[in-house]
Amino acid sequence: MKILVTVKRVVDYSVNINIKADQSGVETANVKMSMNPFDEIAVEEAVRLKEKGIATEIVVVTLGVAQAQETLRTALAMGADRAILVPCDGELQPLGVAKALRAIVDKEKPDLVITGKQAIDADNSQTGVMLAALLGWPQGTFASKLEIADGVATVAREVDGGQETLKIKLPAVITADLRLNEPRYATLPNIMKAKKKPIEEIKPEALGVDLAPHFKTLKVTSPPQRAGGIKVTDVATLIDKLKNEAKVI
Amino acid sequence: MKSLVIAEHDHKALRPATLNAITAATKLGAPISVLVAGFQADGAAQAAAAITGVAEVLHVDDAAYEHFLAENMAPLIAAVAKDFTHVIAPSVSNSKNFMPRVAALLDVAQISDVIAVESADTFVRPIYAGNAIATVQSADAIKVLTVRGTAFNPAPATGGSATITKTAAQPAHASVSFVGQELSQSVRPELTAAKVVVSGGRALGSAENFKTILEPLADKLNAAIGASRAAVDAGYVPNDYQVGQTGKVVAPSLYIAVGISGAIQHLAGMKDSKVIVAINKDPDAPIFQVADYGLVGDLFQIVPELTKAIGD
Ligand SMILES: Cc1cc2nc3c(=O)[nH]c(=O)nc-3n(C[C@H](O)[C@H](O)[C@H](O)COP(=O)(O)OP(=O)(O)OC[C@H]3O[C@@H](n4cnc5c(N)ncnc54)[C@H](O)[C@@H]3O)c2cc1C
Repeated sequence: MKILVTVKRVVDYSVNINIKADQSGVETANVKMSMNPFDEIAVEEAVRLKEKGIATEIVVVTLGVAQAQETLRTALAMGADRAILVPCDGELQPLGVAKALRAIVDKEKPDLVITGKQAIDADNSQTGVMLAALLGWPQGTFASKLEIADGVATVAREVDGGQETLKIKLPAVITADLRLNEPRYATLPNIMKAKKKPIEEIKPEALGVDLAPHFKTLKVTSPPQRAGGIKVTDVATLIDKLKNEAKVI
Repeated sequence: MKSLVIAEHDHKALRPATLNAITAATKLGAPISVLVAGFQADGAAQAAAAITGVAEVLHVDDAAYEHFLAENMAPLIAAVAKDFTHVIAPSVSNSKNFMPRVAALLDVAQISDVIAVESADTFVRPIYAGNAIATVQSADAIKVLTVRGTAFNPAPATGGSATITKTAAQPAHASVSFVGQELSQSVRPELTAAKVVVSGGRALGSAENFKTILEPLADKLNAAIGASRAAVDAGYVPNDYQVGQTGKVVAPSLYIAVGISGAIQHLAGMKDSKVIVAINKDPDAPIFQVADYGLVGDLFQIVPELTKAIGD
């Protein structure tokens, strides 16, 4: 079984972001960038399926700037076999990315696609689902457990009320939630090995898809800041404040 | 212009988030239809018809919609959406599962987690865990939106008398089947609709301590219980308690964070609460930067003391 995993290079989750003075977006120059944490989980899941003998090949794909190669190398060091970079310098939006991924799926014909459930930069939580729609495939989103046998994936999903379980026939799209697994750190020998693994470049034009934006970002601003609060010294003062000042109890 | 709101419901009744989505739709000023897709969902359809501001309810009743599977919901919504300019769903796990599928079938973008409607084509949404706010303008003929409940007041659940029109189902997807669910049972208010939320973090240390330390406080305040990711990952509480960037977003009148450090991913889910109380033994914990009232100390002493003193 062949698995395609999608990854995105994002501002590291630990960075305190800065908004550009001209309100055009969030500063990404000279900021620590990493693989989207949910995509790390997606890669890890694929690698585990390979280690269990269920998957035979893992292809990892990204769309983005040239430096996104580093993100692909990280995935290769975690255990993916080869990588595809679709170089794009312009703005990418989920629908366009899903269309490009669909073209890659048509070429690669994987049995399973695993994506992160959301990217922590734009927080859209759309791409994996849009890809499933374009392919007409079933989906197991927000997956916290995945088992594959006889061409069927059994997926436990995190939902508002708790958990639910679906059975979906492959080919399918899975989107990884936080508790699907804990991603490994790449070891030094594997980082060295990953340098020799192939990264193929496929120009967006070669995919024949429309990546034009469907919406325009007019401005990006800071959220309203909360007025600073106070520290109270004891429980009695806290209760007094909540009753008589905030009037919430 | 015409708006279609996708009802979030359990067949018998609407979930509160539907009312917030109606208010978001009201901001567009166009007539509002509500789609109730479910199975034996007369109760939900009637409730939708009673909401102030709803002109029409489209009720589709079929076993295919019993579990709101995205593979079945999306083609239905996409077919109905052709007559509308805006398709709006509350931002909940069901809609996060099917709305991007609807958008892709319609070949349009989705605008996720809208917190303000500026005009018919311009919307405001948080990005980067709420550390930045983007204003975006859609160029699509049909706008597909999910809206944050915390940003819109609930529409009045009564006062309306919309017509209910039965609408045809679409064929079900053959490759997916529902196996089962494990829903958290709770007599407490729903986390996203509660007036008071008491949340616990890693510092609680065990599931047992959530019960013996946090629950009595929540009982006194008629509060919902929430948690940080660390507490959920450690198995102290189920996943649906998680508040944050990748969990639930809440904005109660009072949020009490107990033994939670205040990582940006957690703040993303609660910093719009009206009043925030933090109890943490580390005076430099980032949670204190957003707290209106902070109490530095050991939660295992403070929380029982607080529980005892409330209502005395
Ligand atoms: C992609 C991604 C998504 C994430 N999504 C979320 C999310 O949705 N929600 C979320 O919450 N997190 C999320 N996180 C995790 C987040 O970064 C933090 O790791 C998490 O919120 C920490 O949980 P915590 O505050 O309970 O634990 P800690 O950070 O370990 O804090 C524990 C706190 O308890 C205090 N403490 C210890 N003992 C006591 C005591 N006896 N009395 C009083 N105080 C005490 C400590 O001083 C400390 O401040 C996400 C992370 C990533 C990478």
